[in-house]
Amino acid sequence: MSGTARPASGRAGMKKELPEHFRAYRHVWVFVEVEHGAVHPVSLELLGEGRKLADKLGAELAGVVLGGEERGLRDAVTAAWEHGADLVYLGTDPVLDQYRNEPYTRAMTQLVNTYKPEILLLGATVLGRDLAGAIATTLLTGLTADCTELAIDDERSLAATRPTFGGSLLCTIHTLNFRPQMATVRPRVMAMPRPEPGRVGRLVPFRPELREEDIVTKVLRYLPDRDSDKAQLAYADVVVAGGMGLRSAENLQLVRNLAAVLRGEWGGSRPLVQKGWMTADRQIGQTGKTIRPRLYIAAGISGAIQHRVGVEGADLILAINTDPKAPIFDFAHLGVVADAVELLPALTEAFGRRLAVNRLAG
Amino acid sequence: MHIVVCIKQVPDSAQIRVHPVTNTIMRQGVPTIINPYDLFALEEALRLRDQLGGEVTVLTMGPPMAEDSLRKALTFGADRAVLLTDRFFAGSDTLATSFALAQAIRRIGETWGEPRIVFTGKQTIDGDTAQVGPGIARRLGLSQLTYVAAIDEVDPAAGTMTLRRRAEGGVQELTTRLPVLITMLEGTNEMRRGKVADALRAARAEIVTWSAAKAGITDVAMCGLRGSPTVVKRVFAPAARAERAVLVETQDRSPGEIAEALIAGIGTRLPALHDDLLRAAAGY
Repeated sequence: MSGTARPASGRAGMKKELPEHFRAYRHVWVFVEVEHGAVHPVSLELLGEGRKLADKLGAELAGVVLGGEERGLRDAVTAAWEHGADLVYLGTDPVLDQYRNEPYTRAMTQLVNTYKPEILLLGATVLGRDLAGAIATTLLTGLTADCTELAIDDERSLAATRPTFGGSLLCTIHTLNFRPQMATVRPRVMAMPRPEPGRVGRLVPFRPELREEDIVTKVLRYLPDRDSDKAQLAYADVVVAGGMGLRSAENLQLVRNLAAVLRGEWGGSRPLVQKGWMTADRQIGQTGKTIRPRLYIAAGISGAIQHRVGVEGADLILAINTDPKAPIFDFAHLGVVADAVELLPALTEAFGRRLAVNRLAG
Repeated sequence: MHIVVCIKQVPDSAQIRVHPVTNTIMRQGVPTIINPYDLFALEEALRLRDQLGGEVTVLTMGPPMAEDSLRKALTFGADRAVLLTDRFFAGSDTLATSFALAQAIRRIGETWGEPRIVFTGKQTIDGDTAQVGPGIARRLGLSQLTYVAAIDEVDPAAGTMTLRRRAEGGVQELTTRLPVLITMLEGTNEMRRGKVADALRAARAEIVTWSAAKAGITDVAMCGLRGSPTVVKRVFAPAARAERAVLVETQDRSPGEIAEALIAGIGTRLPALHDDLLRAAAGY
């Protein structure tokens, strides 16, 4: 068939009216990611954001917890309640013990088709991205990745804003005619809500229809990463990062030295990964890690939008750059027009001296 | 064994500029490249072919000029290239893209034999969604294996594969059955230098070019803007912060003096942090 098959109506996605069968879809869901017993912090951040959306809609906020058996999931349920969930759907089956795409996708689509949420949020983690794409395709609905802002517009529609064109612009995306409206958000992009200890909600147990013999992928082993070299970047209190202003891979050591004195983490901007100066897990920015430290020191980083969206949550941004017109000075709080390669050792020494004095005094 | 690799031609993101007045993307003169993440998928496919025999077909959806990327893939040693191009695909979001690519892969299977493995990169550098790979897997009913770090064993006769994939906080070692869709993690291999013979072949090779109809897509309402559940309502430049950074004076100051001034500036703005750092250093 060719162009003659084209229906006369306009673009399906642009129609104003939500189809009848989707009008029953109500409430906001957050997929609560549990790995080996621990709740991923991004899920709690999303509950905080989901709470705001639910309040705006006059709807309920639900957490969805999946896993092998109820016993190991009680903490996750409690955490969901204490971080704002009105209820928790708890889906258990031995097949869900370790994450695999197929059974998790099946369980989630069964749950969505049964209880019909209007919004479904997931963390943009390795697991969340693997799962979100499969759920959205199965349900044939819209999914917006790596959102930096979520809001409800006047027509109860989710306005999901994300960087586009390599992070140089932002765009706001809607899923007008399909439900649920799905979005993923990276860790640390949303603020962690303050938990309310002792807050409890409802528990809705769910038995997904799953059989191990239907799942062709089997987990042979799980090898946890060594903690030693895993960058704790996203959740560090102090982060020092370098950019092309360092001029060489060797000068990245100056960044590491300062981070070490400050008991913080170190990282760099995207070009350093592209140049092969450091690994991708140290990259700070939209396509790398989003950080929310109390202090962020950007050394020789120009501050392209894609970097900016990854660091804006910092309490205090200190920028060092030789170019007074560098965009980093537009969003840093404190700045100095200087060569990072010269200033970093001086800063390391000055901080080191103060902290050493204190050690003697203490 | 037949392997299909999906690639995308993308603008070299390092060269994208935004017009300072109109805030629109200045595409003119921006060079295009094969999405860098796709090269890891292509190399892995070529290795498996070299090891097990068979053919590698590269597939892309895009404007006619995306032929350049396919020809490049042929110089690396791919056996066949298919370009899916039609105005009906314009404006596709990830769901509509996975629909079109899945249909094209079905047609590739009917024409040259069912692929046992479909590869994609982990994501593109222009969209960064990582959604098209899972979308294709779902639509074709393939086992979905994302962020694959290593393929340890493939047994085409038994139809089995063992592999390792990046998971949250660790690595999963998995066994699965073919056919599969794999999105390859970056840094897992290094793209070969193409052979001279392949470069010569690529220059003369015919790129198989399919419209929607030729790819067997009968329902064009599933394609392009009309087949996309997501709608971009607004594109805008981020608002500048009200005030610029407070600049520390550097005139006639040594690096040591500037450092002291910066530490004082941090101390004024974050007094609690300063104390906490001192306490941490003192071992409390």
